Amino acid sequence: MSIQGMELFAIVVVIILFVAVLKQFGILEPMSLEDSSDSDLELSTVRHQPEGLEQLQAQTKFTKKELQSLYRGFKNECPSGLVDEETFKTIYSQFFPQGDATTYAHFLFNAFDLDRNGSIRFEDFVIGLSVLLRGSITEKLNWAFNLYDINKDGYITKEEMLMIMKSIYDMMGRYTYPSVRDEAPSEHVEKFFQKMDRNRDGVVTIEEFIETCQKDENIMSSMQLFENVI
Amino acid sequence: MAAGVATWLPFARAAAVGWLPLAKKTMPKPPVDKKSRSDEILIVNVSGLRFQTWKNTLDRYPDTLLGSSEKEFFYNEDTQEYFFDRDPEMFRHILNFYRTGKLHYPRQECIQAFDEELAFYGIVPDIIGDCCMEEYRDRKKENQERLAEDTEAEMATDVPLPPNSTPRERLWRAFENPHTSTMALVFYYVTGFFIAVSVIANVVETVPCRPPKGSVKDLPCGEKYSVAFFCMDTACVLIFTFEYLMRLFAAPSRCKFMRSVMSVIDVVAIMPYYIGLVMPENEDVSGAFVTLRVFRVFRIFKFSRHSQGLRILGYTLKSCASELGFLLFSLTMAIIIFATVMFYAEKGTKGTNFTSIPASFWYTIVTMTTLGYGDMVPNTIAGKIFGSICSLSGVLVIALPVPVIVSNFSRIYHQNQRADKMRAQQKVRLARIRMAKKGTTNAFLQYKEDGGLQDHDSDSAALCLKNRSSFEHQHHHLLHCLEKTTNHEFTDELTYSEMCMTESVGYRTSRSTSLSSQQVVSSSCCPRRAKRRAIRLANSTVSVSRGSVQELDTLQVLKSSAVPQSRSSLNARTEDLKLNCEQRDYTAAIISIPTPPANTPDESLPPSPAVPGILRNSRSISSFTHETVKISSL
Repeated sequence: MSIQGMELFAIVVVIILFVAVLKQFGILEPMSLEDSSDSDLELSTVRHQPEGLEQLQAQTKFTKKELQSLYRGFKNECPSGLVDEETFKTIYSQFFPQGDATTYAHFLFNAFDLDRNGSIRFEDFVIGLSVLLRGSITEKLNWAFNLYDINKDGYITKEEMLMIMKSIYDMMGRYTYPSVRDEAPSEHVEKFFQKMDRNRDGVVTIEEFIETCQKDENIMSSMQLFENVI
Repeated sequence: MAAGVATWLPFARAAAVGWLPLAKKTMPKPPVDKKSRSDEILIVNVSGLRFQTWKNTLDRYPDTLLGSSEKEFFYNEDTQEYFFDRDPEMFRHILNFYRTGKLHYPRQECIQAFDEELAFYGIVPDIIGDCCMEEYRDRKKENQERLAEDTEAEMATDVPLPPNSTPRERLWRAFENPHTSTMALVFYYVTGFFIAVSVIANVVETVPCRPPKGSVKDLPCGEKYSVAFFCMDTACVLIFTFEYLMRLFAAPSRCKFMRSVMSVIDVVAIMPYYIGLVMPENEDVSGAFVTLRVFRVFRIFKFSRHSQGLRILGYTLKSCASELGFLLFSLTMAIIIFATVMFYAEKGTKGTNFTSIPASFWYTIVTMTTLGYGDMVPNTIAGKIFGSICSLSGVLVIALPVPVIVSNFSRIYHQNQRADKMRAQQKVRLARIRMAKKGTTNAFLQYKEDGGLQDHDSDSAALCLKNRSSFEHQHHHLLHCLEKTTNHEFTDELTYSEMCMTESVGYRTSRSTSLSSQQVVSSSCCPRRAKRRAIRLANSTVSVSRGSVQELDTLQVLKSSAVPQSRSSLNARTEDLKLNCEQRDYTAAIISIPTPPANTPDESLPPSPAVPGILRNSRSISSFTHETVKISSL
């Protein structure tokens, strides 16, 4: 009978409203037993303090004033003292608005994050910068090799190089002259391997790399270019 | 780019080392940075409050005052700091912008003061952070509305009519602003009276009157005194028609007028009468005719021309259209839902009123608005439960959008009140400004009397002179320079008006000097008609430029001795002047100063009694000088 059906429906609605009111008053315990207070404790400050100024001075080739200036800028951007990968990608992408810099930023992040804990501390940041700006040519080449060697096993394979190359070309974006063809990265990798891989074993080792680069005039001269960035 | 990004740029550049071994071409040379990279702390002194910050912080935004070399203008060598004579409280926010990259709007500050500070420091307000952007925009909009209203109010009513307006324009003006002329005011009140009469007649004619002799049934007054009511109706309609036609005639844009709300109301108000006249006394048609009579009640809307409050209400409703629409929509939804539920709940009951869902609409509306007539009542338990939920939710649905409408109305109403107050204040303010100007002129004239124009170092310099501030001295010197430049002198209102009168008298006994210039003088004394004759001023200027310096000095002496400006002394002066026709022309020229010559036609003289304040004199004198220059070059 429809009437009884409606009555049932009405009673159900009343019960639901009743339960809602009780929940509001907190009298009735919610059915879910999971700890909702967990979210409140998220405020645990993940904060990192860098090592002392003298230690950093010993580890890097920056002067005290430079370190101070660098830290101030760093701390301003990341008050917690750590840069996570997402933030890093966002920052780096802002310099290359036309293309997609996230992949290359990922590789760069791994190159800076020396202890592979997922975040760059000030020490990693400043040590990396020290190498890039004040290091010897060999140190810079070492750093570059470390960047290309994605799995850090000491060998650059063609696949690794291809990934790096693709990410660099991605940063160019769509609107280039001439247009970036799909084969351009792999062609570039081929050329690189032709130049670097001496014993044609399909991988480039650190010795091959440094040796080849030292023989290349262009690379050697351009290594000096970025000395006065800071 | 944000500030933070600027910090990371060196890092990004350093990371470019990773591209070097892969490069196909040689890398370009980096830009040479000549200035020293070492960071230093700058001191910025803002009205005594010292702020210190790194130079790098300020350099983050190179297109602002503090980030560019513009701040070097404010550098104080002695204290080695940048000194700004601005509000220190506001500067705090400005500096925070440099530090954090986000600009916040302090809620307790005035929005205009904030904007001015931003403009000074070269910061575009668009970069206000999201947290404060809404508040900033709201207040800015409010301020702009206020200013727009004030300028509108200023321009609207008190602007005097241009002298050569057609009768049509004047008529329109009389209609729009009834308080400009007495006729308009009379007409305004008459129409108002007739609207009231018409509305009351419409109401009264339905009231049952005592039946005439020989009848038992009560008769509505309209039928008993049908002739009287008809006459009254005719009179009202005649007046309304006349008013409408006059407005139509006077309207500057007839199409726009005909489409406006008020004109539609007018038409709707008078149409039923005319239709009733032409309609035959047919039984079938008179039913429709009765419906038309309803439209007569629209006459009450004509009152909105007379009442500002009504207009505000209408404007509010228009501006809250979206809220009203939302209210209507949510109500409709709720009505349909509850009507359906009630119908199905009450379906089984015998003899129920809920015969269909549309029939239940009536119950739902009455319940939701908490009216509760009681003509339809649920009988079943389910019906009662849903009925109570319906009434509870009705209160909520209606109560929610109402405060929005109310706050809108309140805002608009207060703005209107404020506009009226502003107008009153404006008058007071203008009066004060005029007095201040007068004061300054008088100060200068007093200065001249005291012999201020003479050499200051002489011992005979009056004591009162020495007590004046250096600012006054310099100001008076400036005015004196102007006098010398234009070869004319400042005078005050009294002297001027008296001279005007005496000159007009004096010239009756005309001299041999150029008649045209005399004519110019006598007519140009009264500034109103001066414009037409401005061109003839040319003649008098020629004679002025010939005036020698000696005559000027003599005149000066004469003037300064004429402190008690009684008629006798003035007469004496004119007597003196009569001796030298050149001087006479000179005075003539002085008198004709305040009339703006033809090359500044846009400057209409203020209707208030001519106060030859410094501004006006200097304006006209300067333009006068142009004429002088032009003629002498011919």
